[in-house]
Amino acid sequence: MKALLAQTRSELMLSLRNGEQLLVNIAIPLLLLVFFSAVKVLPIPTGVDKRVDFLAPGIIALAVMSNAMVALAIGTGFERHYKVLKRLGSTPLGRGRWVLAKIGMVKVLLVLQIALIVIAAFLLGWNPGGNPWLAIPAVVLGAFAFGGIGLLMAGTLRGTVTLALANGLYLLLLLLGGMIIPFSEMPSFLGTIGKVLPSGALSQVLQSCLRSGAPGAGSAWIVLAIWAVCAPLAAVKFFRWE
Amino acid sequence: MVSSESQPAIEVSDLAIYYGDRVAVNGLSFRAMSGQITALLGPNGAGKTSTVETLEGYRRPTSGTVRVLGLDPVAEHRQLVARIGVMLQSGGVATGMRPAEALHLFASYYDNPIDPDELLDLVGLADHRSSTWRSMSGGEQQRLSLALALVGRPDVAFLDEPTAGIDPAGRQLIRRVIADLRDRGVAVLLTTHDLEEAEKLADHVVIIDHGVVLADGTPAELMRASQGDEVRFGAPSGLDVSSLGARVGAAVTEASPGEYVVASAATPSMVAAITAWLAEMDLPLADLRAGRQRLEDVFLRLTADANTDTPESTPSRRRKSRR
Repeated sequence: MKALLAQTRSELMLSLRNGEQLLVNIAIPLLLLVFFSAVKVLPIPTGVDKRVDFLAPGIIALAVMSNAMVALAIGTGFERHYKVLKRLGSTPLGRGRWVLAKIGMVKVLLVLQIALIVIAAFLLGWNPGGNPWLAIPAVVLGAFAFGGIGLLMAGTLRGTVTLALANGLYLLLLLLGGMIIPFSEMPSFLGTIGKVLPSGALSQVLQSCLRSGAPGAGSAWIVLAIWAVCAPLAAVKFFRWE
Repeated sequence: MVSSESQPAIEVSDLAIYYGDRVAVNGLSFRAMSGQITALLGPNGAGKTSTVETLEGYRRPTSGTVRVLGLDPVAEHRQLVARIGVMLQSGGVATGMRPAEALHLFASYYDNPIDPDELLDLVGLADHRSSTWRSMSGGEQQRLSLALALVGRPDVAFLDEPTAGIDPAGRQLIRRVIADLRDRGVAVLLTTHDLEEAEKLADHVVIIDHGVVLADGTPAELMRASQGDEVRFGAPSGLDVSSLGARVGAAVTEASPGEYVVASAATPSMVAAITAWLAEMDLPLADLRAGRQRLEDVFLRLTADANTDTPESTPSRRRKSRR
């Protein structure tokens, strides 16, 4: 227990000290939320009163992806590159506790990110509807889906390739995931692709939990759950420690 | 010294490691005892790292067995890791970590760790509290790696090239710490291709190349064993060895550029004849070793022999020696 706590604290401290991670985890989501709430450049779905009502759920989905996929992949990829994981393999920490510490780190960061986004959204006049409590399991499923993808990259590719791919994937999943651009504005084939992506599934689910009048998200829950099971399984299967 | 009846801390028996059809280790056997520094010496690609990583439980032997403290490193990994300390040749610490943070973190993994602050002092990093791994010099990183290997009070320490690329003061410090470990009864397995290091530090040397043991013994034994009837001296390269040979009445060969071997016992008259010939030619004498060789001579001779092996040598040997 002592080792697990110390490991989690250490992972968390390194994340919070890392400027790039803070940028992707906190600064970019907050910037997008504030900017696109204030500047009327992006379309919003019909029937939405305020921009922030549409943007807040999408930006929460983005924060989950930034943390569990991008920051986790890049951080772990470089730890693998610099033989940190190899070195841990010859300590009594063990892989199980290492994974638990990573999950603990992602969880604490998620609480911090979402708290900041919710505060900012309220300051921008957010009026959440739906069933906000359902957003919690949605965020957890999303974190497992993105975390699985992140660790799959980190555990199979070179550190620098992981860095490039995580950033590329981030942009792609952001644009196609209905996070800041509604599916209704996309050509139908792009929207269809977007809805089976983990980002699309999570943002649909969060819209349905946090915005009154949002379409139901029954199939999106199923898509999200499939990602949340399959991506971590693939990571477990293919992850290489060195 | 530990008696031969006691159980060795490390026991490697007929170890073979293949990567696909490439043979990295080919029937290797040796032991390392507690309270001794064992140096595993060999050129790059000799199979040192594969062997050590098998002992650390990172890879499974293709055949043969290894035991560390009587444990199977893969099957009994959990028990083993609590009792070993590992120093990788490079890396191993998150780049944003500070020395004290890394040591406190590693200390948390073990039941009875050494006080991290004490260790920081020991390796001379007590005044590097605010620098991160990224900003530390190679020597500082090596010293921190060594401290991380020691924090759990290991019974066996695996140190991979512990002084590679370090300044003389840092090297001295690391050597002192390693010698101290030995004195406290730890079995130290040192991999190195630094012969001077092995000669100065090790109680026991195992020379390997192409995955097989070429020699195994104390440094003194190895140097004695190879001591033939010969005199070695260093002088400018390209000397007329036949002229010198005729003069001193023994065969003279240039073993490597500027390194000459005279096939004769090192009698005072022989030494006098060699130096007289050099004096007549007005040639400088770089050094002259009569009888006792340096470990380097042994090493170079053994590994060179292994490379010019008979045609019956294994395919792996021939494949590797062509590189």
